[in-house]
Amino acid sequence: MTDLLSKFDPLIEQRRALLDTGLTDPFSLVMEKVHSPTLATCNGRETILLGTYNYMGMTFDDDVIAAGKKAYDDFGAGTTGSRVLNGTFFHHRDVEAALREFYAMDHAMVFSTGYQANLGIISTIAGKGDYVILDIDSHASIYDGCKMGDAEIVAFRHNDVDALEKRLKRLPADAGKLVVLEGVYSMLGDVAPLKEMIRVSKAAGAMVLVDEAHSMGFIGENGRGVAEDQGCIDDVDFIIGTFSKSVGTVGGFCVSNHPKFEIMRLVCRPYVFTAALPPSVMASSAASIRKLMHGGNKRAHLWENSKILHAGLRDLGFRLGTQTPQSAIIAVIMPDLEKGAMMWEALLHEGLYVNLARPPATPAGMTLLRCSLCAEHSAEQVTQILGMFETAGKKIGII
Amino acid sequence: MPDRNETYARLTGLIEPFNKKDIELSEATTFVGDLEWDSLTVMDFVAEVEDEFDIIISMNLQAEIENVGQLADAVLKLVD
Repeated sequence: MTDLLSKFDPLIEQRRALLDTGLTDPFSLVMEKVHSPTLATCNGRETILLGTYNYMGMTFDDDVIAAGKKAYDDFGAGTTGSRVLNGTFFHHRDVEAALREFYAMDHAMVFSTGYQANLGIISTIAGKGDYVILDIDSHASIYDGCKMGDAEIVAFRHNDVDALEKRLKRLPADAGKLVVLEGVYSMLGDVAPLKEMIRVSKAAGAMVLVDEAHSMGFIGENGRGVAEDQGCIDDVDFIIGTFSKSVGTVGGFCVSNHPKFEIMRLVCRPYVFTAALPPSVMASSAASIRKLMHGGNKRAHLWENSKILHAGLRDLGFRLGTQTPQSAIIAVIMPDLEKGAMMWEALLHEGLYVNLARPPATPAGMTLLRCSLCAEHSAEQVTQILGMFETAGKKIGII
Repeated sequence: MPDRNETYARLTGLIEPFNKKDIELSEATTFVGDLEWDSLTVMDFVAEVEDEFDIIISMNLQAEIENVGQLADAVLKLVD
């Protein structure tokens, strides 16, 4: 018998070697208790959370929790069915209405996760003979959406407008084309030049999909994302987003002004052949989205946090993923995986949780400590965080 | 129809800067196995080939190309 799992032996060996050094496993952390959007107990120690996607701190919002509890009482624990059969309750429609209000768009469709939203929309709208043109650093859900569909996939260098334009010009003029972009790229926290990219895409007759997962609620005047911030949201055909970041719950969505968009509900397999989210999650999400529309002050505080942390880490001598703070994600570049894991553990001992990210999730084979800020981090916490980075960085010998 | 020998020569020229281990190139030299390229190197190289020949090598097609000879055939077909 061929052991089908033997293909993972190199990874098993790499993990064993790392853990044999006595390091804590960075990929099996358990939060024993969560006290607030920014504080949890991990390994019996109070820990500041700097590695969640809880950008706007909505997980503990009173109105968000109250809406979920009421729906729990009124509608029960789950839907036990697909959105197109018995799985659409009042709250599923209401959260789609909230999304239409939030984005000022005509159509909204809610999926069970953001991953499924990308998987479903990309694989469904780009078919045989069509082309998907994507940034090489695209999220796994975008790649998997491509893999699941029958279109030809063309990649271009990260955030390179010329490389995109050149490739678009080489494609058959009459072929269907979908350009897939992200507002914020989550590994380095850098922002895409969407305005230029959308301009060249439209000139080539392509439709454009933008994943705004890491910008919703925070970037843009109304928190609609990078496309809003750069004044090109009206030229985006499909926006993909998630509830598991700024919204603070779970779920994914696509919003669009396309007049035929509603047909997606019948032809998109990751929408049809999975269970609809529980009503409590939908009610909490709707309450959160409507609150995010008026989150101007929180957005301003989050930007302050991002600027202070970025400048502070740079001044301490850390190498960062971006020259300037561009989003709520600040990536600290580690020399290698071993040093990265040691630094990660040292920070955890200081009482700070960050994300350890490594290839293949990261670009250019980098090991990163990704810090994602929350609007609920106080100025004191940000100062504390910088102190922890200084202590840990000196201990490991990175600064 | 462009000349295959010339295409092959242009391709080996493009491979050289990425051939860090000075592997001797032949039609049968594989990119991942012999040249030990990781996915990032593959991507950079593909971009070079695309620009040199003004073509698109889709990721679907890349998945079918393992060695230099197969790449030469694929490029010839695309240029034609």
